[in-house]
Amino acid sequence: MLFKKIINSIIINGITLFVSLVFILPLLVVLLNSFKNKAESNTMTLRLPAKWIIENYQIVIERGKLFLSFFNSMLYASVGSIIIVLIISAAAFVLARNRSKLNNFIYYFMILGIALPINNVTLMKIMKITDLINTQRGIILIYISINLPISLFIVYGFIRNLPVEIDEAAIIDGCSPRQLLLKIGYPLLSPVMVTVFVLNFMAIWNDFTMPLYFLNNSSKWPMTLAVYNFFGIFENQWNLVCADIMLTMLPVLIIFILAQKYIVGGVSAGAVKG
Amino acid sequence: MNKKKTYPTYYSYAALALFIIFFFLPGIMGIFYSFTNWNSLSSDVNFVGFKNYEKIFSGRYDFIRYIWNTLKFTGLTMLTKTVFGIIFAILLTHKLVMCRNLQRMAIFIPQVMSFLIVGLVFKSLLNPVTGFLNNFLKTIGLDFLAKNWLSDAHLALNTVITVDTWKGVGYLMIIIIAGINAISSTYYEAAQIDGANFLQKTWYITLPLLKPVILNVTILNLTYGLRVFDIIYALTNGGPGHVTEVINTSVYSEFSKGNYAMGTTLSGILFIFVMMISYVILRALEPKEEL
Repeated sequence: MLFKKIINSIIINGITLFVSLVFILPLLVVLLNSFKNKAESNTMTLRLPAKWIIENYQIVIERGKLFLSFFNSMLYASVGSIIIVLIISAAAFVLARNRSKLNNFIYYFMILGIALPINNVTLMKIMKITDLINTQRGIILIYISINLPISLFIVYGFIRNLPVEIDEAAIIDGCSPRQLLLKIGYPLLSPVMVTVFVLNFMAIWNDFTMPLYFLNNSSKWPMTLAVYNFFGIFENQWNLVCADIMLTMLPVLIIFILAQKYIVGGVSAGAVKG
Repeated sequence: MNKKKTYPTYYSYAALALFIIFFFLPGIMGIFYSFTNWNSLSSDVNFVGFKNYEKIFSGRYDFIRYIWNTLKFTGLTMLTKTVFGIIFAILLTHKLVMCRNLQRMAIFIPQVMSFLIVGLVFKSLLNPVTGFLNNFLKTIGLDFLAKNWLSDAHLALNTVITVDTWKGVGYLMIIIIAGINAISSTYYEAAQIDGANFLQKTWYITLPLLKPVILNVTILNLTYGLRVFDIIYALTNGGPGHVTEVINTSVYSEFSKGNYAMGTTLSGILFIFVMMISYVILRALEPKEEL
């Protein structure tokens, strides 16, 4: 019995270990190659670099104009996510607490956006009419709009599990609707607000479709597109491309490690409760 | 308590307005413009009836194949991600497995990488001559398995689907793990007493009780697959010779060529199709929702 258990344990651990390796392998290859010299990185292998060249990173930062694109990415991701969190919490709060016919309609109408495709061709027309094309304001507004539906879904689901008695007590104590949102609503929602912030930050950071359509000026490009551009110029210098890739991923990797709990919670919350 | 006063609906108007202007309105406008000859060459837009739709469905152009590719991509990724998601979730909730949390995170990591980066990395790893995969296969003596993963017309779409599964399966696994953790342990204890083994427990308890979660996951996969753009653009950009082209990549290429009407027609077809599916799904889920 014990013997069988040990065999089972070895088999099952062997399988999962192999699977996990397959998933981090590409990341590992990129990391190793980012420290190699040009010749070594021509064939992407798992071999350790003969000499660890940290200067690759320095070169990339200087030649890839990474500061500018890093600043752009930061701007889009943080401003976009903060605005999403603030307006969607307010919306979800009233929609979830007062389920009138109109409010239910608004809710279902908006979460339809989780599934609907964005028509970038006509969105371009709207951007031109509103004079937002090729502007940083414009791209932030688009990011906010397209990420609202899933954010609403997550926050709404969270509010359904909050006891309404707290609100009632506050109202009896003479809270106005605005105070109720600011002093009761937002504080109660803070855990889910962190989740929504983190998920949106990563989504916006990683996106490249919107700048592809709506920003033709490379000085406004986020890091993802800058990498792509960099790749176009340094196509046969994979060590540099790998260093650039690592730098672009670094912020989201850090956030991922720090905020794992919130990400996993947010990903699984809505879908499990259904 | 006067709910209408306490929770003023206008608190939702900022979100609603943005959603309508930058998301819903373009969708509706797209359907309107699909009946025109809107393009970048001339400034006037004329009504042309169903001409654009005719062009797509007549089969004289490749568009019908792009729609087919989209459906194929959606169907296959739905299958692979769900199946592997369930397998990984069951394995990584098994008590005998060590460092479960760490391994879950390892499988989830591709999810936090940008599609563009995933595309670059895999284009390099799958390079037929210098790539990691073929070199690896050659070192272990499996030369015959080394293929032109992304440039072989017969393989390309399957390669893209595999990479997409690699990227997306962690997300589904996390959802399914949460579903498994929500199953009451009393079921397993009862089965234990009845002498059920691991496979029996999985088949008769875990899977049936996961049905609602699997349904949700399937919906997520469905809506993702139909709208896919990023992974295809990043890996093959529709090539070689349009064999991996899907609706949204062809929207982009029509858009770049200035054929706005055609781009918007393709996008409109997707819009209407997804609307219909969403309606059916919402209807099907309605009774469970306590409104």
